[in-house]
Amino acid sequence: MYAQMVKSSGKGVKSREEMTEQERDFQDRIDADVKIEPRDWMPEEYRKTLVRQIGQHAHSEIVGQLPEGNWITRAPTLERKMILLAKVQDEAGHGLYLYCAAETLGVSRDDLTEDLLSGKMKYSSIFNYPTLNWADIGAVGWLVDGAAIMNQVPLQRTSYGPYSRAMIRICKEESFHQRQGYDIMMKMAQGSPEQKRMAQDALNRFWYPSLMMFGPSDKDSVHSAQSMAWKIKINTNDELRQKFVDQTVPQAEYLGLSIPDEDLKWNEETGHYDFTEPDWKEFFDVIKGNGPCNTERMNDRTRAWEDGKWVREGLLAHGRKKAARKSAAKVAAE
Amino acid sequence: MADTDKQALLQFLLRMGDNTLILGHRVSEWCGHAPVLEEDIALANTALDLIGQTQMWLDYAAEVQGEGKSADDLAFLRDAWDFRNVLLVELPNGDFGQTLMRQFLFDAWASIMLGRLQSSRDERVREIAEKASKEVAYHVERSADTVVGLGDGTEESHARMQAALDYLYPYVGELFESDAVDAAMAEAGIAPDPANLRAEYDALVGRVLADATLQVPEGAFVHRGGRDGAMHTEHLGHLLCTMQWLQRAYPGCQW
Repeated sequence: MYAQMVKSSGKGVKSREEMTEQERDFQDRIDADVKIEPRDWMPEEYRKTLVRQIGQHAHSEIVGQLPEGNWITRAPTLERKMILLAKVQDEAGHGLYLYCAAETLGVSRDDLTEDLLSGKMKYSSIFNYPTLNWADIGAVGWLVDGAAIMNQVPLQRTSYGPYSRAMIRICKEESFHQRQGYDIMMKMAQGSPEQKRMAQDALNRFWYPSLMMFGPSDKDSVHSAQSMAWKIKINTNDELRQKFVDQTVPQAEYLGLSIPDEDLKWNEETGHYDFTEPDWKEFFDVIKGNGPCNTERMNDRTRAWEDGKWVREGLLAHGRKKAARKSAAKVAAE
Repeated sequence: MADTDKQALLQFLLRMGDNTLILGHRVSEWCGHAPVLEEDIALANTALDLIGQTQMWLDYAAEVQGEGKSADDLAFLRDAWDFRNVLLVELPNGDFGQTLMRQFLFDAWASIMLGRLQSSRDERVREIAEKASKEVAYHVERSADTVVGLGDGTEESHARMQAALDYLYPYVGELFESDAVDAAMAEAGIAPDPANLRAEYDALVGRVLADATLQVPEGAFVHRGGRDGAMHTEHLGHLLCTMQWLQRAYPGCQW
C-alpha cells in the first residue's frame, strides 16, 4: 500500500455506548470479519476514509509509473526492458483496480484525478524521489515494492470487500516485482566496480525514503486508531516498519551492500534490529510538496491529463455518434 | 547456405527486428503520460509485445550472422547506419493521434506480412510469425478502432488525425519497396515480395480510414532509406543515444 497519513475525522474511536444501533451492528460485522460490500450501510466517515485511502493508493500507482518509466527507454538489455514494461503495465493495472474499488464508494475516477491534480489528494512520498542510475530500478523493486507488500499483505483481510479483493490480486504481482528488483540488485552488486557503486548509491538514497513509506511513528499518527477499529488498517506504522527493517537487513548483507545507518544493530533482547528513524522533517517537507520531484511529477500528470483532453472528448463523441447511428438504424428497421 | 543467401536472410531478419525494436522503443516513451489509464496499459502492452518480437527476430539474426553476438549486441551496439528499420517507425511520437496513426499504418502492414510469413519455408521464420501474428491481430484491431474513434470524433480530433495521416503517409511506401534482398527471400520462399502486399494493405487501410472519415493524401512521394540503411532520419541517432547509453558507457557488463 502507498497510503500515508490518511485523514480520518480526527475524533477518535467511539465507544459502544456512543454508537447508534446501526453503528453497533456495523462494528459487530467488522469484528466478526464479515466483509462490508458496496450496497451495505456504512458510517459516512468509514466511506470517506476509505475513499481517501484507496484513492491515495491508486494515485500512487499512477504517479509511480513515472520514476520507473524514466528508465524504460534506457534499460540495458531487451529482457530488462521487457520486465520493466511489464511491471509498469501491472502498476497501471493496479491503479485501475483501485479506482474501480473507489468507484463502488460513489466517487468517479475523473473526480479523484481532478483532486490529485489540484493537490487536494496525495500520493506516496516515495515517488517524489528521483531514479538516477539503473540500480535505482532494482532498489525500487526491492525496497519500495518490498515496503508496499509489507502493508498490502495484511490489507488482503481489510474489511471492505472490493478493496480486499483488489489487494489480493495486487499482492500476487507485487511479490513478483520485488523478486525482479532484487535480481537487478544481485547483478549490480556482483558486477563491475561501477555497477557495485550504482547499487550502493541506490540503497543510500532509497533506504530512508522507504522507511518513510509506512508513515510517521504511531505516537504521532493521529488517524490510525479509528482505521484500525474499522480494519481499514491492520497493523501500526511502527510494527510494519520494524518488520521491513528486520526482513531487509539480511538481504542487504547477502548483496554485500551497507545499509546507510551506523547505529543499525541486532538487539538480542527484543529480537529485532535497532535502527535510526528517518528524518521526519524531510518527510513532512516532501508531503507538503517540497520533495526533489514533486513539481515534475505533478507537471507530468497535469500535462498528460490536459494534452489527453481532445482524445477523451474525441472518443466520447465517437461513442455517441455510434450509438445514435445504431438507434437510427433500429428505428428505420421497425 | 550460400553466403549471399545468408547475407540476404540476415538483412531480412534485421529489417523485421529493427522495425519492432525502434517502434517498441518509441511506444515505450509514452509510459505514464497517456490520455487515459487504459491507454497507458495498452501502450505498455504494445511496446512489450514489440520488444518481445524483437528478441525473437534478433536472436535469429545473430545466429545467422554467426559471429557469436547476441540479440542484445545487435540492439545496443550497432550504430545508426547499420539499422534496417523503415523510417516510419523512427519518427517522433508527436501527439497521441500521431502515435496511434503510425501504429495503425505499421500494424496493418505487420498483420499482412506476418500472415504470409506463416507459410515461410524457413521454420524459424514461420514460428516467429505464428507467435507474433497473435499479438499483432490484437494491435491492429485496437489501433484501427482508435483511428476510427478519433477520426470520427470531434472536429478537433478529426483535424489532428488528418494532420497525422498527412505527415505519416509519405513514409508508408517504404514498407512495400523491393530490392535484391527481397528478391532473394522471395526466390527462397522465405518471405513474400513486399510489393505484392500493397493491394491488400490499401484495401485494409482504405476501409479503416473511410470509417474514420479521413482522406488518404494525394501524391505518391515516398520517403525511403531506412530499410537499406542508405539514409535514416536525424531522429534515429537521438533514439539510439538514449537506448544504447548504458551498454556504451559501461561496456562488457552483465545487467
